[in-house]
Amino acid sequence: MSARLTTRQVGDVTVIDAVGRITLGEGSALLRDTVKNLVAAGNKKLLLNLGEVSYIDSSGVGELVYSYTTVTSQQGQFKLLNLTKRVEDLLQITKLYTVFEVHDDETRAVRSFS
Amino acid sequence: MTGITDTLLASTLASVDSAEAMVVESAAALGLDEDARMDLGLAIREAMVNAVAHGNAYSPEKQVRLILETRPDAVRVTIIDQGEGFDLNKVPDPTQGENLMRESGRGLLLMQAFVDEFSVKRSAAGGAEVVLVKYASDTGR
Repeated sequence: MSARLTTRQVGDVTVIDAVGRITLGEGSALLRDTVKNLVAAGNKKLLLNLGEVSYIDSSGVGELVYSYTTVTSQQGQFKLLNLTKRVEDLLQITKLYTVFEVHDDETRAVRSFS
Repeated sequence: MTGITDTLLASTLASVDSAEAMVVESAAALGLDEDARMDLGLAIREAMVNAVAHGNAYSPEKQVRLILETRPDAVRVTIIDQGEGFDLNKVPDPTQGENLMRESGRGLLLMQAFVDEFSVKRSAAGGAEVVLVKYASDTGR
């Protein structure tokens, strides 16, 4: 199953709900384009919900890094929500777990944006 | 189910998907649990992307050879490209310093993390030859 992304607004935070696989090709390109377009439209508080993402490869990890650097370079904030065990393991292995702010409760995550 | 299959694949992203599916299917037949199959599938995916994109540079004139060996105790996969090969010791560590925030360069790290045995060398023809082994039980980890 390839990736599907939908966005919704919770206050001034844009939540991106991701489903499926974020891998080289369609999935990673979709995430990149979505984040790029959101930032270009002035959305600078992004919360990526990975609860329904079954699988990420190194390209997908690279897109998380791209998303983070793109948003923060515009003085925005990019945070992660609901990591599966597999995705959490991946971020631990790549030592990126401490780079991202990770939440497991959406309400608290939304409140954490300044 | 044991045996060896030797397959030539085009240097395309579709080959990455088909290689992953082929290996995961064999791993399932051998009785590897879902986590182990996903680990192996990810490692295969990373090795295939390396071969297709970095080794063969998506050249239609180059192919990737995939040798899949299923044994009672393990799945062993050899992936050989027709590129220039590489020296593992010269690959930057993606977890260190400025490499940490690079968008690429983590494939080899993930391959090594998700299989029980990993090796890379130059093939007889000069390309990269990557060997990945996943045991049927946790005894090898």
